[in-house]
Amino acid sequence: MKNKDVIIIGGGVIGCAIAYYLSKQHVKVLVLEKEEIGAGGSSRNGGGVRQSARDPRELPLAMHAIRNIWPGLSDELGVDVEYCQKGNLRLAKTEEHIKILERAINQGCSAGLDLKLIDQKEVRDICPYVSEDVIAASFCPTDGHGNPMLTTLAYYKRARELGAEFITGESVISVLLQKGNVSGIQTDLNTYSSDQVVLAAGFDSRTIANTVGIDIPMQKILVEALVTDQQPRMFPQMIGTAAADFYGHQTKHGSFVFGGMTGLEPFASEETEPVTRSITASSICRAILGYFPAISQANIVRTWSGFLDVAADKVPVLGRVEEVPGLTLACAFSGHGYGISPTIGEAIAALVVDEKSGVSLDAFHYDRFKPKA
Amino acid sequence: MTQRMKRTRSQHDFVPLADDSLIICRCEEITQGEIRKAVYDGMSTMNEVKRYLRAGMGLCQGQTCSHLVQNIIAGELGVPPGEVETHLSRSPVRPIQMIELAQDGGEK
Repeated sequence: MKNKDVIIIGGGVIGCAIAYYLSKQHVKVLVLEKEEIGAGGSSRNGGGVRQSARDPRELPLAMHAIRNIWPGLSDELGVDVEYCQKGNLRLAKTEEHIKILERAINQGCSAGLDLKLIDQKEVRDICPYVSEDVIAASFCPTDGHGNPMLTTLAYYKRARELGAEFITGESVISVLLQKGNVSGIQTDLNTYSSDQVVLAAGFDSRTIANTVGIDIPMQKILVEALVTDQQPRMFPQMIGTAAADFYGHQTKHGSFVFGGMTGLEPFASEETEPVTRSITASSICRAILGYFPAISQANIVRTWSGFLDVAADKVPVLGRVEEVPGLTLACAFSGHGYGISPTIGEAIAALVVDEKSGVSLDAFHYDRFKPKA
Repeated sequence: MTQRMKRTRSQHDFVPLADDSLIICRCEEITQGEIRKAVYDGMSTMNEVKRYLRAGMGLCQGQTCSHLVQNIIAGELGVPPGEVETHLSRSPVRPIQMIELAQDGGEK
């Protein structure tokens, strides 16, 4: 039995960020990760740091991170996390697409976001490489992108320097209770005691929460991405489409990172490890070249896949579990956790230390999922 | 199966070596010293070093340097090289132009 102030389950960007913000306040932290640091969604990620087209419930979390944390994060952590704030273009080819954009623009603007519809000429002024089929776009100048792998490892490195303990290759099996309160965790090898446990284990959070009677309705959905070779510097914006057929950006390195959906993901065969399917890279390439014919000669050097932890209503599950005192949830990010990870780290750390999260997490309560009346 | 590792920090300062400027990953021009420093900073697996430094992320996808990187990580961690798992291999084996790849499959 080893005593820690807080045990964090999961060494992804969320777990590492929480570990960092807790360590900064001299809290003794133990992070347990079943694989390696950032092995899940944190290294299988498009890198968007985006407010546009975000669920209105999530917008305040994204806006807080972009205003207050992302701009100084590389300096704060001592690692260049490649944060680039040059805007997000969401491209439209049809009138239907414009209607989709208008809905997101209305939602964003009513939350105080600088987000507007721009015409073909304005799109081409910002990004001259888009195809002539693009007739409009939404543009959010304060959006951008970062490098999720570096962000995760930077949070890990800095938390470790501040004294956080990390153990990888050890799987958490259950949360332990004493008289109804959290008393620690059981792994495949050891027992660790602590009255505070934060569950940030992606999709695996569900089975671990199940051990104390809490169920989080989420699905494990395959997502695939690809990387090109180094290209001349072309455009710094984060790109998405109203049709949601691909997204991506050019990295600091010069390669492009693109993700996309074939439409068949929910029906991918059951795999325990994420695998790339032969149909997907081709499908994403077709989608991209329909918007950016100028990069048709770029080489695909690498493809990868990962699993999303998609909540029934597609926003995360965050905060205290009142039924299990001592248990805090930070999971079900549904494919858009990276951009808000600094806010989550800060808010969950504050919640654990002084019961107040700063930004409100009320909309993300685990008990919000209700059956039909 | 991932090996269990306790990521304890070294009590000593990082010690540079005379040959640290040696280039190990030729595609991305990553030196021995950068890899050693990354391990010192906590990157303890080939995937972590790859994601932190880009060693093995270039055109050859680590086909040239992966054993060298593996040896350096093992040396810094004080374990036999065989105990350091190789990084994940990613398709495609050779780079493919997007225009070519785009022709495979689809409705048209």
